[in-house]
Amino acid sequence: MLWITCPTCGRRPVEEYSFGGELRGVREGITDPIARDIDYAWMYDNIEGVTVERWFHRAGCRRWLTLRRDTTTDSVVAYPLPGGPRGR
Amino acid sequence: MRFYQHSLELYQTLEEELDSWFMHETKGLMWLAHTETQMRAERARSLLNLACGAETVMITPQEAKALCPQLDLSGGGRYPVLGASYHPAAATARHDRVVWAYAQGAMRRGVHVVQHTRVTGLVRDGERVTGVETSAGRISASVVLSAVGGSVSTVAAHAGVRLPIRTHPLQAFVTNGYDFPFAGIVSDTELLCYVSQTERGQMLIGAEYDAQPSYSLRSSFSFLQSSAAKITHLLPFLRDLRILRQWTGICDISADFSPIMGHTGVDGFLVTTGWGTWGFKAIPAGGEQMAQLIATGRAPALIEPFGLERFASDQTMADPGSTGTH
Repeated sequence: MLWITCPTCGRRPVEEYSFGGELRGVREGITDPIARDIDYAWMYDNIEGVTVERWFHRAGCRRWLTLRRDTTTDSVVAYPLPGGPRGR
Repeated sequence: MRFYQHSLELYQTLEEELDSWFMHETKGLMWLAHTETQMRAERARSLLNLACGAETVMITPQEAKALCPQLDLSGGGRYPVLGASYHPAAATARHDRVVWAYAQGAMRRGVHVVQHTRVTGLVRDGERVTGVETSAGRISASVVLSAVGGSVSTVAAHAGVRLPIRTHPLQAFVTNGYDFPFAGIVSDTELLCYVSQTERGQMLIGAEYDAQPSYSLRSSFSFLQSSAAKITHLLPFLRDLRILRQWTGICDISADFSPIMGHTGVDGFLVTTGWGTWGFKAIPAGGEQMAQLIATGRAPALIEPFGLERFASDQTMADPGSTGTH
């Protein structure tokens, strides 16, 4: 089972958290602003490997955090600083 | 909905056509509702189904009890059953038998099925996709169709395509044998889980997919815990059974819970994906319609609304209900 270390509350089980989705971006090479919006709104990288994503500690301190998770093993590999640069 | 209905019709004759038996059995499916809002949703579901030719009726709690005597109508005191929608034509089939029957049927007709071979990339000639790089070498093709489940984003990334797809794990488990017959398939709108009995008499229990996307095939104890807690509210007899086996698969869930079939914007590269947890019933129609698309180069009317372009043109499907029928 996935355990996530919250900067405020410590190591807690995944049931306490809400998944906030991968950090959204736009594919390189798209220049048309409308096409960029569509890409941003609908498309996912859905990476098979290490991905950067947002989590919300719903049943704890109710703060957002950003972390790196390996989707092939469903385990957290790194915790960027809270409030730090939002990945990528 | 029409598309799925067509698929079900194809299933009726599929055993004969492929000359194999895959335990296709009509069982009947009920969706239990516990609140007024859910009753309304089920009423909408049954009316939509009726309009598309899939017989579905609203039944009272007593009728549900008559169909499935094991049901606790008080829902353990917490989830009282107000009613249900009932789809008598719902059926189950043995999934691996369907896969093998299709593979054998295709091979009899001269199709090569290459097993244990990994797609490592796509061959590109300028903007066009002209083949597939695999662990066994290069295969050229004028059209490449990605019909992979789960890892579709990884394949599409080779062609520089992003998809509105997220890959979630879906878990299920079976108990030891239950000696009495259990009628049909029981699903629940509030608890989002379903129960049916396998040919061997084991009780099969499944629930919604995991909240966070992942490609991991690891099963979790928390899943067993939560779905067992949910389902014993409705079917108390399950408490006396033991869990025998648990497994996990990965599903490609699209942003609007409807499949994506057709062109990707890259020449020579097509996808059929977003089949999520319900694609099984759509296999015959999905295959037939995609073959037509490849042969003619144009999407047949039945699957035209399922194109990837629908996200850009703001024509997303509002059809999540269809996924839970049959």
